[in-house]
Amino acid sequence: MTIDMAQFHQVFFDESFEGLDIMESGLLEMDPGSADPEQINSIFRAAHSIKGGSGTFGFTNIADFTHVMETLLDEMRDGRRQVTTEAVNVLLASVDVLREMLTATSEDAEVDPERVKAQKAELDRILAGETAAAEVAEPDNAEEAPAANKQTGWHITFRPHSHMMRTGNDPLRLVRELQGLGELTVEVDVESLPPLSEYEPEDSYLSWDLHLMGDVSKEQIDDIFDWVEDDCDLLIDPICPAQKAPPVASEITSKPEPKAEIKSVPAPTERRVGTDRRASGQKGSAKKTASSGGTSSIRVDISKIDVLINMVGELVITQSMLGMLGDEFDISQIERLREGLAQLERHTREMQESVMQIRMLPISFTFSRFPRLVHDLSTKMGKQIELKMTGETTEVDKTVIEKIGDPLVHLVRNSLDHGIEMPEDRVAAGKPETGTVELNAYHRGGNIIIEIKDDGKGLDKDRLLDKAIERGLVPPDAMLGDQQIYELIFTAGFSTAEEVSDVSGRGVGMDVVRRNINELGGNIEIHSEAGVGSSFIIRLPLTLAILDGQTVSVGSETYIVPLVSIIESIQVKENMVNMLAGKGETFKLREEYLPIVRLHEVLGVKDAKAKELNEGLLVVVEGEGRRCGLFVDDLLGQQQVVIKSLEANYRKISGLSGATILGDGSVALILDIPGLIRMAGNVSVAFNQAPRKSA
Amino acid sequence: MAEPQVAELKNLQNEGLADEQNAQYLTFELADEDYGVDILRVQEIRGWDVVTRVPNTPSYVKGVLNLRGAIVPIFDLRERFDLSSQEYTKDTVVIVLRVNGETGRRIMGIIVDAVSDVLNANSSGLANAPDFGSRVATEFIAGLVSAGDKMVMLLDVDKLLGQDQESEQELTAAK
Repeated sequence: MTIDMAQFHQVFFDESFEGLDIMESGLLEMDPGSADPEQINSIFRAAHSIKGGSGTFGFTNIADFTHVMETLLDEMRDGRRQVTTEAVNVLLASVDVLREMLTATSEDAEVDPERVKAQKAELDRILAGETAAAEVAEPDNAEEAPAANKQTGWHITFRPHSHMMRTGNDPLRLVRELQGLGELTVEVDVESLPPLSEYEPEDSYLSWDLHLMGDVSKEQIDDIFDWVEDDCDLLIDPICPAQKAPPVASEITSKPEPKAEIKSVPAPTERRVGTDRRASGQKGSAKKTASSGGTSSIRVDISKIDVLINMVGELVITQSMLGMLGDEFDISQIERLREGLAQLERHTREMQESVMQIRMLPISFTFSRFPRLVHDLSTKMGKQIELKMTGETTEVDKTVIEKIGDPLVHLVRNSLDHGIEMPEDRVAAGKPETGTVELNAYHRGGNIIIEIKDDGKGLDKDRLLDKAIERGLVPPDAMLGDQQIYELIFTAGFSTAEEVSDVSGRGVGMDVVRRNINELGGNIEIHSEAGVGSSFIIRLPLTLAILDGQTVSVGSETYIVPLVSIIESIQVKENMVNMLAGKGETFKLREEYLPIVRLHEVLGVKDAKAKELNEGLLVVVEGEGRRCGLFVDDLLGQQQVVIKSLEANYRKISGLSGATILGDGSVALILDIPGLIRMAGNVSVAFNQAPRKSA
Repeated sequence: MAEPQVAELKNLQNEGLADEQNAQYLTFELADEDYGVDILRVQEIRGWDVVTRVPNTPSYVKGVLNLRGAIVPIFDLRERFDLSSQEYTKDTVVIVLRVNGETGRRIMGIIVDAVSDVLNANSSGLANAPDFGSRVATEFIAGLVSAGDKMVMLLDVDKLLGQDQESEQELTAAK
């Protein structure tokens, strides 16, 4: 029976990555010295399943590597070994290596064998250290070791229960694995094999006597039979031949050897880890872009699907009710028809909501990486930082989860690097030695708010301004408000870090952070107070498929302005409007001069009702940190709209982010506010191109 | 398992053969001229309905239409070919076509005066469009075929609507 194992690979990888996450978070929560055995156990179990799975699928390098980790964890679990910070750190680094190996394997790529070897050596070093300690601490163990050395092989009696093959275990595979350990002699016992007429093809009737010769530990054999322990009778006896002194002696001397061999390795390892992590980070992002084109799967809580199924049931009932009503309809039943239609509407809306729910995942998927990040970085920078996370269960759209990760990492890194001061500075400033970074996610008014808050030194306004002037980003005599100064950090190529550190300060990033957030239809705000701390507030739409829109009318056409970008709508009076150089219209709104974008001009609407500014309304909008007033005929109403792509069948149109279908079935276009503001900068261009294109 | 695949393959071959030798074309009228498109590319024919104008597009792009949830652009073929434009009447129809562009399959609609007939045309009966130099754009014309005493211009849907895509993208890139 041959099964194409490849079809299970994806499941294996998914589960393994989940296992890695469990291991990582478990390791991070582990207190050196006093570890909770249950916690070690869960880490151990995760490692164990990865090992088992990779063995089954033939990813031997992963299985081998995990085996070493597992051995270490096993000893910790049994209390044979103290949980030290060093061991935890090595295990964490191993989790990284393992993740890389899994990623590489899932993409059929090559893993850097040197790196794996180095990390394995690191693990072995920890293990070797422990063996020495254990020998002193536990004489039993020490006795067992030489005993194991005396024997030259094992006699294994393996009698599978008849149902073993149904549990998915194949005795042949076990035998083959044993073969890998040493010289194997196999004897089959066919006694219990029934006559062909009574033969059940799915039962196993055979049993085996196996003689395994070579330097094999009992653990190794146990590992192989680990999965089938409960499904077979298993006897493992050491074979102790009369005398074989010479090999034993050589074995014992070879024992400490690994230590010596490894000693030279750690130094390069440390260095490698640093550089490689960056390389792997880049690889990771490259991979992401590659995989975003392919199919991606989503794990959905079964309860959400149950809700959906119920809802469909209701919908079917309503449908049949309406169907019956329609068969012999007379006007007296109008009330029932209304009722039915109302019910239909309710069910449809509920169903839409629950379908949207399927795409929603808790933000802990993104947050889960931060404890590790903070742990690693704070150690590296010599700062004491506590990370507080709240609202991890807040649900957001899957696309948001995928795209918000990198910007958040960037912001958290910035807070750690630039925000939180060194412990001595903190004490000098009268603050607790340990800095706090808070990550908070919650819903507010149809938006998801994510806050990154630190109690560090805050943004240095003067430095920001000096730097901006030095770079020529603002004129030297510019008078900027606080908010405008903070906005400067989002400018491309802007960095105030005195030294470019490994962590941040390259000045690439904040502009990308904002762009990514804007792409998701959100925005970011900064609050900061010198000496007290700063906070970044990201506001994102609940879902990307539905948008809260304000419908506006321009002439006979209807457009949709995303509600998130609207600040306010006002009626302008003539005394508020000024002309810039006779052409650019601006209006004054609370000490700020904002340009006016006449929507009917930019969009080429010919039948606009409001030609004069006092006839229509100005919708004050913000996009990419720039504000302007959109001049429209009238506001129609607010509604949730389902976003449809214009590109799917046509192409991208500047100034538009998509289209939607209104209640009457007609199409309305959704305005792309940042795009419009950019376009308004060169309205004349937009005008000139229209005739050229139609020509 | 394998059988449906084989059947599919045969179908494909048959289609290929049909394309080569005996293809069917949907013919329509446009300013007293007769045009045809490969009938396998036609998704549906529907009456003229009000569309939503899309700003900053060429005038022959009449707008977009909601076609069962998909946003479909509608092109006026008269304006596309610089023929005199005409009021839309109850005979005016929109032919919804599947277009193979570089970025995959798209759905687009063309506005024509009236749909006339389905024409069987043998590939041997196809004539190339004469070359008018740059005076008359003939690159969208896959061939000419006679139907009775009329000449029918067979349009290459991908070139007509797919290329339009490209040139527009170039335009947007250029500005």
